[in-house]
Parts: sequence; structure tokens; C-alpha cells
Amino acid sequence: MSVAQENTVIMKKLLIFSVAMFGFGFALVPLYEKICEVAGVNNLLKADTLTENIQVDTSRWLTVELDANTRGLPWQFKPMQASVRIHPGEMVEVMYEVRNNSDREVAGQAIPSYSPQLLAQHLKKLECFCFTKQVLKPNEVRQMPVQFMIEPSLPSNVSVMTISYTFFELNSDSADTGGKAKPI
Amino acid sequence: MAAVHDDHAHGHGHGHEHGHDDHAHGPPKGMMRWLTTTNHKDIGTMYLWFSFSMFIVGGLMAFGIRAELFQPGMQLMTPEFFNSLTTNHGLIMVFGAIMPAFVGFANWQVPMMIGAPDMAFARMNNWSFWLLPPAALLLVSAFFVPGGAGAGGWTFYPPLSIQMGMGMDMMIFAVHILGASSIMGSINIITTILNMRAPGMTLMKMPLFVWTWLITAYLLVLVMPVLAGTVTMLLTDRHFGTNFFNAAGGGDPIMFQHIFWFFGHPEVYIMILPAFGIISEILPTFSRKPLFGYSSMVYATASIAILSCIVWAHHMFTVGMPVTAQLFFMYATMLIAVPTGVKVFNWTATMWQGSMSFETPMLFAIGFIFLFTIGGFSGVVCAVIPVDIQVQETYYVIAHFHYVLVSGSLFALFGGVYYWLPKWTGHMYDESLGKLHFWLSMVFFNVTFFVQHFLGLAGMPRRVPDYALQFADFNMISSIGAFGFGLSQLVFLTVVVKCICGGKKAEAKPWDGATTLEWDLPSPAPYHSWVTPPVVK
Ligand code: HEM
Ligand SMILES: [Cu+2]
Repeated sequence: MSVAQENTVIMKKLLIFSVAMFGFGFALVPLYEKICEVAGVNNLLKADTLTENIQVDTSRWLTVELDANTRGLPWQFKPMQASVRIHPGEMVEVMYEVRNNSDREVAGQAIPSYSPQLLAQHLKKLECFCFTKQVLKPNEVRQMPVQFMIEPSLPSNVSVMTISYTFFELNSDSADTGGKAKPI
Repeated sequence: MAAVHDDHAHGHGHGHEHGHDDHAHGPPKGMMRWLTTTNHKDIGTMYLWFSFSMFIVGGLMAFGIRAELFQPGMQLMTPEFFNSLTTNHGLIMVFGAIMPAFVGFANWQVPMMIGAPDMAFARMNNWSFWLLPPAALLLVSAFFVPGGAGAGGWTFYPPLSIQMGMGMDMMIFAVHILGASSIMGSINIITTILNMRAPGMTLMKMPLFVWTWLITAYLLVLVMPVLAGTVTMLLTDRHFGTNFFNAAGGGDPIMFQHIFWFFGHPEVYIMILPAFGIISEILPTFSRKPLFGYSSMVYATASIAILSCIVWAHHMFTVGMPVTAQLFFMYATMLIAVPTGVKVFNWTATMWQGSMSFETPMLFAIGFIFLFTIGGFSGVVCAVIPVDIQVQETYYVIAHFHYVLVSGSLFALFGGVYYWLPKWTGHMYDESLGKLHFWLSMVFFNVTFFVQHFLGLAGMPRRVPDYALQFADFNMISSIGAFGFGLSQLVFLTVVVKCICGGKKAEAKPWDGATTLEWDLPSPAPYHSWVTPPVVK
């Protein structure tokens, strides 16, 4: 083989390698999801369990604001009350309402988001509509509970906080590169 | 290029001397020469000038940043514009200034140092270069579109990078193009080094600059495609309804950081390994001793490259990883300091008992060793999880990476330019101006960045246009340093232009301690060199 031919062979190998690495970038997405699943890192969508007996701290008031959003699905989604005032350690239940405005059946998944961020460590949710996917028939309306408690260990400088949910559509061709929010 | 050639024995490269009869050897004239050239030296020159102009553009952005930070409060610009400046300063310096400069060096030096007539794929070499100006144009013109240039940081973190206007799309396209250019360049360099060495030039006889570039080029083909994939996912999240990184659609913004830094950390080594190579050429020359521990240098370079692929999450110690993962990345990161230390000790041992002289390239090399080591140490400090939780996203990190990138990569580039200018132009540069450039850079660099360690430890966040009053003094000092550093670079430009236009004629081997092959060629290096390969014993 001449030098030029050998060069072309090397180039081809390197090009194939580069294209494979481009694919590898995308392959990292399911890989990370698998790792998170195995390591149990993303447990937003699992119910918490209460191990110890927690005392209600009646000397302290917290305001929890409730927020609801949808992303790209024909639903109307709102909390039944804008906010609740609770004590740390107290078990509370709030209701959300969701309405399918379209005349087709739609499956949605809600993903929670907390503010301030550190609320995530102190929020214990025993029940939530976000733990499963929600399937709504055409024009169906559904009321759904969230049962939660905020631990008294929440730093004392936090008194107002927000729990927010966003619904996105499952199994449509547009919205399914699937974070951990696959139906469970 | 060169002006006087009366006694020029090897002047075939200069068409104006010999008239029409050497059109087969010489370059065509005017603009077409540069558009169509496939000559590795021409292309190297274009890379270097492109990189220098991007250095000026990125430098002007830094000027804007430091001017706003000169005093607390908002003086000169909107916060959005400030963020565009930090974002594009980083992007342009990394992809527009440092990386193309090293590719320019590779183009000039690799064929001459291994005894090859040119790069393996001369036409592709031309394409790799000419991809760069359109990418630069995209980056710069993004400032003039509605919404302004991308402003979420050079790291493209979502959610900001999913939300911004079309400036972000231009940034993404620019990165695609720059990535394609780097991959083509690397393929060329790998092939040239693997397959075009002169007879007798075994791998373990290659100059260290060639070795470091070989390893760098492998890193580039390994991680550049991953970056291309990452920004492609951003693009489809922005416009085609996917939700890779969009939490509200089931995606995961933290995953972006993992994939980005899988590219990003090897990338920082892509910017330093060729610098290690340049330093390893300069030090033995001016110490008049062979490089200490040649083979351990090669192995250290390879281990750094391999380790650099498993440390990425040290950029994300605060995202909430499991403790075991954090510990893994902490120890792996600290492990990199070992081969890096091997290199520093080898360089020191190279100088030990050498008969050293302190021409400008040597000054930059010694400056490099001092300051890069400081940057390496602050890197190890950042690698300690509890410390990093304090300093992440503060000016401490800014100080760390400017010590490794400016007084590391950039100083090595300066040193390399001074070292090889006689070979490239055929003239000696002005030594006293060169030394002036070194000392100005050295002083102003430290004035700019040393105080940023203090700012970071005191908690000043990066990427914010305003700051609390207690940071005022150090910021003013840092800004003054930055203006001084920027202006000092005009000295560099002067030296280079002067040297191209004339000056004392350079001998084939102007440095008596130099040993590598390029010094066997006349100065300036003829347009076509090593057409018949040298035999290496
Ligand atoms: C001994 C070797 C090194 C160690 C242990 C090290 C460690 C680190 C760590 C832990 C961080 C993350 C800090 C944070 O964000 O909180 C960091 C950031 C950084 N390092 Fe290094 N580093 C080393 C060498 C280098 C070199 C050689 C370069 C480039 C030439 C470099 C460039 C950077 C850059 C650009 C960043 C910041 C990226 C950003 O957030 O924008 N480092 N380094
Ligand atoms: Cu890193």
C-alpha cells in the first residue's frame, strides 16, 4: 500500500470512531437514567415513608403556596386553594383539579418542583398524583390529592415556600425522551 | 513575507525572487494563495493569525467585563449584556483563541519535526481552517440579533440555554462548526504522526511536542463528537419538541451537566497537553541538556489523558450526587495531580545543573512552570469536596482556571511563538521587546488573577455584574491588572510584526541547544520542506 492509501485507511477508521462517539453522546441519556434508577438517585416519584414519630411544632406557622402548570397538553390544571398555612410536623392534604379539554384520551405525568430548593429534603409526601401517570378520558375532570408533611427540621428562616407541579404528555411522539418520569 | 533575500540559497518558496519559473514550488499570489492553499505552513500561519484576532476579540470582551466590575454598582451595561460578555469571552477564548493556536503550531511544526513533507490530507487541512471564520462570524454577529448573544455561560447549562433567543442557536451552530473543524484537524494530525514519520523516527524518538499533540488529537476525536451530540440535543429541545434536558417535559437538566463535562474536562486537557509539549521543547534547548525523563513524560501525558476522562463530575459537586460518587470523583481528580506533578518535577530536573540562558522563550517557560503549578494546586483545592462546596461558582474557580489557561496554555503559546519565530520568518525577533512583553504579562497577569483567589474565598460569585461593597478594592486591583495585561499584548503584536518585516537574519539553528529536526532546515523554513525525508539515527 502506498502512504496515501494507508492514510485513507487511518482516516476512515478515525471517522467511524468519531461518528460512533457522536452516537455515544446520545447513548449516555438512557445510560444515566439506568444509573439513576439503580442508584435510586431520582426518587421524586416515590412515596416517602415516615419512620419515626414526629411532633407537631405548633409554635411555628408555614405558608405553602401551591402552583400548577401544563406543558404542551390540552389540560387545565389548578390547585383547589392557592396556599395553605400549616405547622411543621403536621400532616396535611391539598387537592388539585385537572380537566381534559380535548376530545381524545390523554395520558400525562406531573413532575414536582420545590422552592426554596432545600424544601426537597424536608418535605415528606405520602401520597401524590405525581406518583403515577394520569389518564384522562375526553373532557374528564378529576380531583387529586397530595398528602404531605414538612419536617420541623426545616431551617427556621424559611417560612414561605412553593410546591409546583407541571404536567406533560406521555407517549406522544413529541414528548418522550423520558426522564425518570416514565409511568411506574 | 520576508523582505530581503539577496543571499538566499533556499528561496524557492518565494516566487517574487525567481519569476515565473518556479510556479510549481511557490504559492500563488494575493488572496487566492490563502483561500486555496494546501501548504501546511500557510495553513499554520492562517490558524495563528485567526487565533490572534480571536484573542483580541475575546480580550475586548474581558475588557468590558472588567470595566463593569471596576466599581460596585451598575455602570456601563445591562446585566444581560454583561452575561453575554462572560459567555462569549469564555467560548471565544477556548474555541477561537487557544485551540486554533495549538492547531496552528501543529501545522507548522509537526511535519517539520517528524520529517514529513506536509500534512497527510492537505485539502482537508484547508477546509478545517476555513470552517473557522464562519463560526467566528456567527459568534460575533449573535450580539446584533434580537435578544442578543447567548448569555447562559460558556457551558450552555439548561434551563437558560433552552430558553434564550436566537443568539443561542447561533452559538450552538458555531460550536457544531468548530467541532467539525477540530475533528478534521485531529484526524489529519493523527494520520500524519502515525504514518508519515521519516525513516528511523520511531514513536519513542518523537519530540515531546509531537507526542503531546498525538495524544491531544485522540482526546479530541473522543470528546468533540460528544459535545456535538450534546448541543444537538439542546437544539432539538429548543425547536423540535424533545425533552432531553427540560424538567417540565420529563427531561433532566443535571444530566446535561454530566454529558457536557464528559466533554468539558478532557477539553481542558486538550488545551494544556500541547502546551506541555511546547514547554518540553523549550526547556532542554535553553538548559542545554536533554529533557529529563523523556519516557516518563510520554507515559505521564498518556495517563493524564486517560484519567481526564473519569473526573468530569468534579465540576458538579453541588448538584446532589450520592456521596460514593462524589468521593470517586474527588479521588480520581486528585490522582491527576500525580502525573502532572511528574511533569513539573521532570521540567525542574531538566533545568537542574543545566547551563541555562534566559531568552524570551525560556522566560515564558519558567513563568509557565511557576504559575501553572499554582493553578494545579488551586485545582486540587477545588477537588476537595467540602472546600469546593464553598468555592464553586465563585471567583476562586475563575482564578484557578486562569492560572492554568492564561499562565499555562497562553504563556506556552507565547513561548512557542518566540522560540520558533526565527524558523518561521527567517529573522530574529527583538529580544528586549520580547523580554518586556514577558515581564509586563507576568506582572499584570498576577495583579489581575491572584486577588481573585481572595475574592472567591470571601464568597464573590462569578458571572454577576454587581457585587457587595466589601469586594470593591480587590476588584479594582484586578481590573487595573486586566487593562495592563490587555495592553501588554500590543507589545507582542509589535514584536511579531517587526520580526516578519525584518530584523537580524536568523541562522538555521539560532538556539545552540536545540536538537529537533526542524532546526536542520534553513531559516526561514522553505515552502516545501523534507521533500526527501531525512534519515533519523
Ligand atoms: C492538577 C490538575 C487540576 C485539577 C485537580 C483541577 C480541578 C478542578 C476542579 C475541581 C474544578 C471545578 C471547580 C468548581 O467548579 O467548583 C476545576 C475547574 C476548572 N478547571 Fe481545573 N483542575 C486541574 C487542571 C486544570 C487545567 C490544566 C485546566 C486547563 C488548562 C483546567 C481548567 C479548568 C476550567 C476551565 C475550570 C472551570 C470550568 C467552568 O466552570 O467554567 N484545570 N478544575
Ligand atoms: Cu475539570
